[in-house]
Amino acid sequence: MSAILQNVSTSLSASTSTFLGHNNLKAIKPSHVSMAGRMSAVVKCVASPSAEKTAYKTNVARNENLAKLQAGYLFPEIARRRNAHIAKNPDAKVISLGIGDTTEPIPEVITSAMSKRSEVLSTVAGYSGYGAEQGEQKLRAAIASTYYEGLGIEEHDIFVSDGAKSDISRLQVLFGSNVTMAVQDPSYPAYVDSSVILGQTGLFQKDVEKYANIEYMKCTTENGFFPDLSTVRRTDIIFFCSPNNPTGSAASREQLTKLVQFAKENGSIIVYDSAYAMYVSDDSPRSIFEIPGAKEVALEVSSFSKYAGFTGVRLGWTAIPKELHYSDGFPVAKDFNRIVCTCFNGASNIAQAGGLACVSPEGITAMHEVVGFYKENTAIIVDTFNSLGFKVYGGKNAPYVWVHFPGRSSWDVFSEILEKTHVVTTPGSGFGPGGEGFVRVSAFGHRENVIEACRRFKELYK
Amino acid sequence: MYSSFAFSFMPYKTILSPRASITTQDNKNAKDYRTKVSRNPKLEKLQYNYLFPEISEREAQHAKKYPNAKIISLGIGDTTEPLPDVVASSMANYAYSLSTRTGYRGYGAEQGSKIYASFYAYKLLIIKSCYLHTSDKSYEVHFLPENSKSSKLQDLRKAIAETFYKDMGIQGAEVFVSDGAQCDISRLQMLFGSNMSIAVQDPIFPAYIDSSVIIGQTGEVEQGSGRYQNIEYMRCDPHNNFFPGLSKTARTDIIFFCSPNNPTGHAASWEQLEQLVKLAQENGSIIVYDSAYAVYITDGSPRSIYEIPGAKKVAIEVSSFSKIAGFTGVRLGWTVVPKELLYSNGFPVINDFNRIICTCFNGASRIAQAGGLASLSSEGFKVSFRPPRVILSEQLLNPHISFQAVMSLVDYYKSNAEILLETFESLGLKAYGGVNAPYLWVHFPGSNSWDVFNEILEKTHIITVPGSGFGPAGKEYIRVTAFGHRENILEAADRLRSLLL
Repeated sequence: MSAILQNVSTSLSASTSTFLGHNNLKAIKPSHVSMAGRMSAVVKCVASPSAEKTAYKTNVARNENLAKLQAGYLFPEIARRRNAHIAKNPDAKVISLGIGDTTEPIPEVITSAMSKRSEVLSTVAGYSGYGAEQGEQKLRAAIASTYYEGLGIEEHDIFVSDGAKSDISRLQVLFGSNVTMAVQDPSYPAYVDSSVILGQTGLFQKDVEKYANIEYMKCTTENGFFPDLSTVRRTDIIFFCSPNNPTGSAASREQLTKLVQFAKENGSIIVYDSAYAMYVSDDSPRSIFEIPGAKEVALEVSSFSKYAGFTGVRLGWTAIPKELHYSDGFPVAKDFNRIVCTCFNGASNIAQAGGLACVSPEGITAMHEVVGFYKENTAIIVDTFNSLGFKVYGGKNAPYVWVHFPGRSSWDVFSEILEKTHVVTTPGSGFGPGGEGFVRVSAFGHRENVIEACRRFKELYK
Repeated sequence: MYSSFAFSFMPYKTILSPRASITTQDNKNAKDYRTKVSRNPKLEKLQYNYLFPEISEREAQHAKKYPNAKIISLGIGDTTEPLPDVVASSMANYAYSLSTRTGYRGYGAEQGSKIYASFYAYKLLIIKSCYLHTSDKSYEVHFLPENSKSSKLQDLRKAIAETFYKDMGIQGAEVFVSDGAQCDISRLQMLFGSNMSIAVQDPIFPAYIDSSVIIGQTGEVEQGSGRYQNIEYMRCDPHNNFFPGLSKTARTDIIFFCSPNNPTGHAASWEQLEQLVKLAQENGSIIVYDSAYAVYITDGSPRSIYEIPGAKKVAIEVSSFSKIAGFTGVRLGWTVVPKELLYSNGFPVINDFNRIICTCFNGASRIAQAGGLASLSSEGFKVSFRPPRVILSEQLLNPHISFQAVMSLVDYYKSNAEILLETFESLGLKAYGGVNAPYLWVHFPGSNSWDVFNEILEKTHIITVPGSGFGPAGKEYIRVTAFGHRENILEAADRLRSLLL
């Protein structure tokens, strides 16, 4: 994607950005290797400078917010690099611990429900058309009782979606362009990128690698990956992901109490991303709503992707308490409902049937097994890097290991690991300037691949 | 004819009751905590609920009032007939394959996936009886091995391009698979941003206007007309044959155009679309062409904007499997962005749309995509997985249908439309549409459409959609959909005859 952008004459400078690193991307041609799994966009068109003069142009101005984005979204870029590497090294067995893509089959109790629903759709009695945009009633109720038992979050507070990434953008559409936001630094790139697209930010400032008007809350080894809130400016919205992608850190009850207090004092809304909650191993909270008072200041986004292997099936949810109000008293859930009814049309009914099976007793056991498998992978990776003398973070409450390479550029380390071990990771600076000097290793993979990858790490860094 | 109807006039509010579908109270206790986050003023501009939840709400209220009434819904355009076996089975098989080690796949490409077509699929499997809703036996389902030369990795983007845009020069790489047109419309609005002016037909499917308000392209609503400031409304009525007078249309950046049209059912002719493309070229505008009902066309009108020369430089096309394959709940659609479509600075629109798709979306469900591929597979006989049937593997090597199976779904709804057309005609009412689309646009001159909606609902327990829900030009019209079980369509026809004669 970024190779294409570089060919088009726009106001984007061709100098390095966090995504482009220092590699000369013109040397990397988009791969045409067909692969199962994530492909980067292979867009054959390029408006080369000479064609521009003669090619018809509309009179429609490009959305300047999109022009602010520095490069392609992070993960297609990783995919592109992976594919390029495969093309260059066709005999190498490339192992992907980069994009957090699940690899293990979905438990049968869940797929059989989806198969059944598919078949039922071919019967007169069982066929259904449009579903409620907010999700099927049984599923909403089951999600509420499974994940929010005793927390005062009920069926009608749950909005079923096609996944957290889509929900994040719908939340941005909900909030509009006149809100300010804070993110952890580093953080999952969708919060920042969607904010830019919706026009909440200023320009990218290359010297600090941050977008103007976003408050970046630094999460470092020094502060235990929880921001020092006394240094954080007030913003309308605070995105907070815990267990965290990419650092793997899970905020403690005490820390989240501080966060809720901070939001309350500032009248802010927390968007709490709990997509990895089922990976929590200790007594860290699994939902923001475990914190008293949170229902007045927070909404929560989650997903079946990393619990049930639903990355390709597409199912998630957002929980918005009735107690969450705008400054004029209007309930946030009402406006979100309007967005969901207008800009969305419900998650796939087949995926929802799978979701219902996920939160059945058998399904929950099965999801814990899936999660447990990836947690074992994580432990192997953590042990490996520990044994090599690296400072390693995360890996206990999340399927991500945050490995410190002090003083080194994360894209350099990414490239080195890719070149020398044929293992794909994700460079920390892709998650924000606070990620520089780190590499994220994800623990999704077949056991033998994880073991093999670790063997190669040991070879490289012994 | 409307004036001769002998029912009593029941005054109802002509304005949709705001936010009727949510029951929480607005004005809570003053002691309740409020954040300091301002409500998005654009959402405040929206005057009413989105149209279709409002209709659902009315239906629910009516059902409560008349618990014994058999309500027939000819309102929301919701498909009613089951999926063809081959489509449902391909999705069932694909879903099952996700629980196998060799078949499992995670994230697909956001733009659309390549899938091993499940009727070729993986290995020999016995589907256990627990998967079936019958307590019955097991099926034997023959699959071909993954590496067999007959099992192919199918590219849905390419299949869509080849099926719908053959000979129009649209390639798979220009097709973006989605979870449906309604979502795509909002993603297109995010792409365009708030500094755009839009034109829409009047009347029109409300998502274009509502999404425009939400993204911040419009001004306030004018209380009298119900129109939002800064939107150019292109009136479509019988006087102009439901095609706007383009010479009177002010220039806008974006022109939303739906054909065959929801709600009027009108399919623009080749000449009309040629004029539209010409206008877009002259004004440097971008057409967003909604062709969700193209396969309903009977009279040879164009099925795609790209049939018009030059359209690739000025138009985006949005479409959906909802009304052609019964995928309203399964969720699958697509948007075509030609590589020749450029912003004023020469930047390709497709690059930005791709960025939106990669950032704000994560791909349509793979299972839905498998179903989409099945619905586009080539002709032949029906591959059925119903018990107890043994399928010979040679037969499986040449699965043909299923576009034929899908077409028959469409034919079913089209014949419903014919029945309804005849009914209204016999009553002396002018019903437009119904020929190229599954919608009838019935004229009740001098009326207020909400009043007519309420009368019909009260007296016949039939849900329709009042025309003014689609825009000011819909004031005297009622939209009647042709989706429904045949017996319900026939009964609805009877009830209407008894009411209106």
